[in-house]
Amino acid sequence: MTTGNFIEMRGITKTFGAVTALSDVDLTLPQGGVLGLIGDNAAGKSTLMKILAGAISHDHGKILIDGQPALYNHPIGAREAGIEMIYQDFALVPELTVAQNIFLGREITKNRGGIRVLDRETMNQSAEEMFGALGLRVPAVTLPVQSLSGGQQQAVAIARATGFDAKLVIMDEPTANLGAPAIEKVRETITRLKTNGVAVIIISHRLEDIFAVGDGFLVMKQGRVVGQRDVEDTDNADLVEMIVTGQDPRKAKAKAHAVKVPSTTA
Amino acid sequence: MDKRTLAVFLVRYGMFIALALWMIGMSLSSEYFLTWTNLLNVSRQAAPIIIIGVGMTFVMATAGIDLSVGATVALVSVMTASWLTLGLPALLVIPLIIIAGAGVGALNGFIITLGVPAFVVTLAALTSIRGVAFVYSDGYAVPISDPVFVWIGRGDVLGINTPFLIAIIVAAGGWFLLNRTRFGLYALATGGREEAARVMGLSINKIKVMVYALTGALAGLAGIVISARLSNGSPNAGVMLELEVIAATVLGGTSLFGGRATIMGTVVGALLINFVRNGLNLLGVNPYWVQVVTGVILVLAVLMNTVLNRKVESWARAAPEEKE
Repeated sequence: MTTGNFIEMRGITKTFGAVTALSDVDLTLPQGGVLGLIGDNAAGKSTLMKILAGAISHDHGKILIDGQPALYNHPIGAREAGIEMIYQDFALVPELTVAQNIFLGREITKNRGGIRVLDRETMNQSAEEMFGALGLRVPAVTLPVQSLSGGQQQAVAIARATGFDAKLVIMDEPTANLGAPAIEKVRETITRLKTNGVAVIIISHRLEDIFAVGDGFLVMKQGRVVGQRDVEDTDNADLVEMIVTGQDPRKAKAKAHAVKVPSTTA
Repeated sequence: MDKRTLAVFLVRYGMFIALALWMIGMSLSSEYFLTWTNLLNVSRQAAPIIIIGVGMTFVMATAGIDLSVGATVALVSVMTASWLTLGLPALLVIPLIIIAGAGVGALNGFIITLGVPAFVVTLAALTSIRGVAFVYSDGYAVPISDPVFVWIGRGDVLGINTPFLIAIIVAAGGWFLLNRTRFGLYALATGGREEAARVMGLSINKIKVMVYALTGALAGLAGIVISARLSNGSPNAGVMLELEVIAATVLGGTSLFGGRATIMGTVVGALLINFVRNGLNLLGVNPYWVQVVTGVILVLAVLMNTVLNRKVESWARAAPEEKE
């Protein structure tokens, strides 16, 4: 059965000891769709995305990518399936260089007498080309990441997630703690990915970012999906109500209506 | 900018400069210091520290520590002597001993991956492994007279003594592994920011087990060299050796907090410790003072390694951004 969705998460459940982080969560996303994943703290947004990115495994439920069940339970497997994640703290190793960070876990090697040796020249060159193609700038790909500014570090994280033919890029709070020009850069990146048919999921507290570049919202609270909205079909007040109360007013109305109907006919 | 470059250079290569200055100073103070015999003698004393220090550099790259290496030397020392006494050929004993050392290290690493701090695991191993060495040998030292071992301990190749030659080969291999292969990169990434390395898909536990296994294997090799040099297998071999190895590694500039490691630095650190000891001996300083001096150097080195290094590097880093 294909529904035309690129990503389908069905009935995802995850517990950490006695704490239920996610219960029966569904999420669907078409090719090139941009989804805003919103909700209060501890709503389970990051956990859900880390499961999709292979960084943690889920207890129940299944993930379909292009209609095919995803069998990975490891970040490398997710990346091979075209799913990349930009973590809120960028997940960069401060002491390693820009190029080393970009290729971490998928280094290019060359064979030297049966020994696989890191091909640093090729990786440095590819990293430089990657920055050029993405219109991002860093002083040099051979500098350690700890010597870069916050905005430059984000550029490294973006380059790493978008430079390898990603099909889905997950961004965890991409605009938190950023100045206006950097936020504009992030929005440009999202628009560029969408134009290239890359799906994007954005975890964000800043609803205006998703209104600006997104297609829809998925609202979560306490490990459950509250409701879903198209960008054209909602506003701030509607979303904030869902985030705060954990109730979808439309579903509530429909339910109330459904209950009323038999009582009036009786 | 020139001042900044100089400051970074001084902090980064401080130990190289210190070694050079000490050698110059000693050459002027003692006629026996700068002789071929003395230099070779010191290099032979430094050899076991360099060999294990290469492994320790990897362990520290992952932000770990291994206090058990001296005890491992004692264990393999008594095992070597007893296996040779049983009539096993040296060329079989040597690889078996290195594998045994790797096994001890892998066990340390495995327990560390369960979540016990490396300091505690290897401190416990320090006492337990030496205990096993005493139980195994009944506390007796057993002589070694095998010709291969005599050559390892006292032989030379083209004038370079075998222990130092082995140390140089190990250091060259370690440099290659650290700077040119995935394994070295992953060790540095693990120590630099473990969570980032994990979400990028690196198998952190595997890397940790491997660095401790490597250090154990090298402790086994150093145990062979030490036993060969002393011509016996003794449960008292390698007492306090872990401290000298850690001192040499830290002196060289490898960060105690992981992510930054240098094999060249470790070699220089090991040479510096031994040249200081040798120089003080030649000057007729009371040997007990040598221990005090070694301790003081270690504290100074850690101070440079941590506080000063961080300050100077962030200061130097701030420079180009101010210009923009």
